[in-house]
Amino acid sequence: MSLWEYANPKKFMDTTGPLVPWIVGAAALLMAVGLIWGFFLTPDDFRQGSTVRIVFLHVPSAMMAINIWVMMLVTSLIWLIRRHHVSALAAKAAAPIGLAMTVIALITGGLWGQPMWGTWWVWDPRLTSFLILCLFYIGYIALWQAIEDPDTAADLTAVLCLVGSVFALMSRYAVWFWSQGLHQGASLSLQSGERMAAAYRWPLYTCMVAFGLLFVALVLIATRTEIRARRIKALQTRARLREGAA
Amino acid sequence: MIALLGRDLRLAIRAGGGFGLGLAFFLILAVLVPLGVGPEPEVLGRIAPGVLWVGALLACLLSLDRIFALDWEDGSLDLLATAPIPMEGVVAVKAAAHWLTTGLPLTLVAPVLGVLMNLDAGAYGWLVLSLLLGTPALSVIGTFGAALTVGLRRGGLLLSLLVLPLYVPTLIYGASVVTRGAEGLSVGTPLALLAGITLGAAALLPFASAAAIRINLR
Amino acid sequence: MPDLGAYWLEVMASYVISLAILATLVVLIWRRSDRVRRELSETEARARRAERSDG
Repeated sequence: MSLWEYANPKKFMDTTGPLVPWIVGAAALLMAVGLIWGFFLTPDDFRQGSTVRIVFLHVPSAMMAINIWVMMLVTSLIWLIRRHHVSALAAKAAAPIGLAMTVIALITGGLWGQPMWGTWWVWDPRLTSFLILCLFYIGYIALWQAIEDPDTAADLTAVLCLVGSVFALMSRYAVWFWSQGLHQGASLSLQSGERMAAAYRWPLYTCMVAFGLLFVALVLIATRTEIRARRIKALQTRARLREGAA
Repeated sequence: MIALLGRDLRLAIRAGGGFGLGLAFFLILAVLVPLGVGPEPEVLGRIAPGVLWVGALLACLLSLDRIFALDWEDGSLDLLATAPIPMEGVVAVKAAAHWLTTGLPLTLVAPVLGVLMNLDAGAYGWLVLSLLLGTPALSVIGTFGAALTVGLRRGGLLLSLLVLPLYVPTLIYGASVVTRGAEGLSVGTPLALLAGITLGAAALLPFASAAAIRINLR
Repeated sequence: MPDLGAYWLEVMASYVISLAILATLVVLIWRRSDRVRRELSETEARARRAERSDG
């Protein structure tokens, strides 16, 4: 039994099929719990006032925006090295979700920044890096849509994802060099758990897990859709060949 | 490879296309920006490094889709793929030819446009040096973008969308060399990083571009 | 409903916009999944019919 068995589309479909409703349910439940907890049941911060509640959307979506890109990088590498179609399709399925997460992180960040920093947008390193990440997602999705042949599209987007990752990382450091920012450091880190009061920490953890599960659920559904679409194409080709022969 | 370089250079100059167009675009930009932001010398001088770098970058972008397009259409790219030189070499030569026909002329006219933009006197040397070091990276990265989109009918717009985010680090370091040079600060760090990006891109990206071309020719 | 004080607009807008984006994403993925699933069962049925008629 190895992980690579799930590279077989049939096996992937059979295994994930029964899992999807459970993951969807868990994601919906945790999302409801985390956001209701965060929105209704947390106290105002003594400096940020009620805007502290935006954190429960902002931090998880920002975290997922980066994690999804990393996931796309890994699946692209698996596709390039081992040629498993499921892997390429998972990368394709993940990209729009990553873009949505990036946009949420940017919008909530702006809405939080307006009362706190007095401006919707500053050219701060973190904000700028996210805007650039947003552009990378758009380019990646556009390349997938532009190429007709599925294998060529998978190959070229995988190459773009690899090169793009290197440049995204370089951009991040370049942007740090370019401007020292307003943005506070990481809201959560393993060493300094006491940075954030417990009243906010637990709903935030709940939301982070919820966003993670939501992503897993959506990416599984979308990957299954892509596999089905691929099968439709294969069946249609076979039907056309049969007609040609007849 | 030398022959291929010569052929590409001759084609670029004879066909006119990218060669004059990029320069004209750069010039127009340097005229339009002062018309847009107003003629105050201090304002222009402050934004000059950034505007000149962005202008050079966009001018570079204009001719990118011509790197492989003609060879793809008339089938010479297939011939090159079966030629004894490796695809990586072909790609590197293409990037070099692109730089010689766009990056280098842009670098040479940049000081003239610097006058129009009221660039600080101390910054001219840094402007030329940073463009000289940075534009090869623009050509190499652009060649990668062109290789990705070579088979597409309307690749031009997609090409800009793919390539511009990749230009971010080069732009940041390049423009900050000039800005710091104008203010008389030390420019060692951004200059070294700019050179690092160019060398790294020139060393590694041809492999990615060649892979993309091979996938497209499959 | 908690008292959101002076910043109620920003907080409400964040939640509304984010949830709207997530909902759109979920609906889009769901609808495409449904459509493709239906198309696949139709295509498979047609393929089976064709195979039988070939017999």
